[in-house]
Amino acid sequence: MNPGPPIENAPPEKLVIDQVTKRFKTSRGSVTALDRISLNIREGEFVCLVGPSGCGKSTLLNIIAGLEMPDEGEVHADGRRVAGPGSERMMMFQESALFPWLDVLGNVLFGLKLKPGLKPKERVEMARFYLTLVGLEKFIHANVHELSGGMKQRVALARALAPNPRLLLMDEPFAALDAMTREQLYGDIQEIWMKRNKTIVFVTHNVREAVCLGDRVILFSPHPGRVQEQFEIKLPRPRDINSVDLASHATLIMKALKRHLKPDPAEVQE
Amino acid sequence: MKRAAFSIGFFLLLVLAWECAIRSKVWDSPLIPAPSDVVRYFMASIEDRTLLDASWVTLKRLLLGYLVSVAAGLPLGLLNARFQFLRDTLGLVALGIQTLPSVCWAPLALIWFGQTESAMFFIVLMGSLWSVLLATSAGVANVPPIYARAARTMGSQGLHTWYAVVLPASLPFIVSGMKQGWAFAWRSLMAAEIYITIMTGFGLGHLLHYGRELHDMAAVVGIMLVIVVIGLLADKIMFSPFENFMHRRWGTARK
Ligand SMILES: Nc1ncnc2c1ncn2[C@@H]1O[C@H](COP(=O)(O)OP(=O)(O)O)[C@@H](O)[C@H]1O
Ligand SMILES: [Mg+2]
Repeated sequence: MNPGPPIENAPPEKLVIDQVTKRFKTSRGSVTALDRISLNIREGEFVCLVGPSGCGKSTLLNIIAGLEMPDEGEVHADGRRVAGPGSERMMMFQESALFPWLDVLGNVLFGLKLKPGLKPKERVEMARFYLTLVGLEKFIHANVHELSGGMKQRVALARALAPNPRLLLMDEPFAALDAMTREQLYGDIQEIWMKRNKTIVFVTHNVREAVCLGDRVILFSPHPGRVQEQFEIKLPRPRDINSVDLASHATLIMKALKRHLKPDPAEVQE
Repeated sequence: MKRAAFSIGFFLLLVLAWECAIRSKVWDSPLIPAPSDVVRYFMASIEDRTLLDASWVTLKRLLLGYLVSVAAGLPLGLLNARFQFLRDTLGLVALGIQTLPSVCWAPLALIWFGQTESAMFFIVLMGSLWSVLLATSAGVANVPPIYARAARTMGSQGLHTWYAVVLPASLPFIVSGMKQGWAFAWRSLMAAEIYITIMTGFGLGHLLHYGRELHDMAAVVGIMLVIVVIGLLADKIMFSPFENFMHRRWGTARK
């Protein structure tokens, strides 16, 4: 296939979300999960999407991943239109979604086996590399049910990183973990992001988490799902979730969130 | 170990008490054989090979019918889970037939196939196919959708998702369906053999039937014991590997 001449004015952005609208039909009528969302995300940027539950964050992530199609609008990743899932865009879920019939190594190998042009030995080496990166080199032959929640998410992270995607999509990956485990993972994910030079879109409903991780925090509001406000976070890295600077940023965003949540009679529809 | 010794001790005592009861005429009836009579029957029938030959004939029928059930039931179960129109048709047929005790197939099988191996095969197949099919279908329906989604983001699609994700994810259901199918196949075959006399092979069921005709109580009890032992051994040999695997991976309790 000939890709043709390079497009002039090709978007410099990694990811362009252009006027994306998504509706769901339910028994109670149609729900507008996303209403004309437009976002540009730069190469290497760490973006956090924040908002109360039901504002379409997961839906947007699924659309970026190619698991769902928008009703209107388009998503472009690296200048190409997203028409389905692809291993250059990996997704991590709130539940680890690890496969219980495989051991830890088998799980990380799953995506690598679907990448053509690798020798079996190379695949195992790569899987080991990423398991070492997330600090689980001692557990490669452990079974999924033997791992703690935090360890499961680390394996899921290794599994998502292993095929070397350029874009990492994370849907509340730490929401089900205890605070201590989460804080460790904040450190780890920042380090991996800096080392491996990824672009990350991270969904959370925790404002502090978003401020701790993101270069940019994007505030969503529900019914219908819209982008309300965006905040650049210029704090130095690595960031500590308990620092005072971080808390003051979080307070600012929290206030904005509450402002937008005030029920506007024209907008509230059940 | 201790528990095994306890169990063995229990059964030894039971057999001993039984033997004593008969020898001391506490239990005195031609209808109850002594354990020593049963042992004598075993010696004799192993020597003249009737028991071994019959076991072999029965096992061949059982394995043939069962393997075909699994070979057909697994893919049909997958298709059944995949297509709504199959669930509305084939699925209902399976549900209905599954409630039918398989010995009820014997008259029909006799009319259709006569006193032949085909009749035996048909009865075993009808006994076990449907539970394998339904269990596979239920297994697939119970696979958390997130597995398939995760696999798709990693580039899995179409047939690959089916054999690399859906099938292994439903393994616990499928294995329990296969076990149930095995139990049904075994019961069906025994019913068929007791009910239908055929010339092409003399199975354990036939042996049991003639034991009754000859009023040979030692033989009847002996053959029943053989049937129990074959059932237990087959279960262990065929399903233990799967169950150990599931125990290791899923962390489910070992039975
Ligand atoms: N598959 C679906 N079918 C029907 N409605 C859905 C579906 N997925 C999401 N929705 C609806 O779309 C809205 C946004 O959902 P979601 O993207 O999951 O929000 P969030 O992740 O921000 O909590 C919600 O109102 C939800 O009920
Ligand atoms: Mg969500």
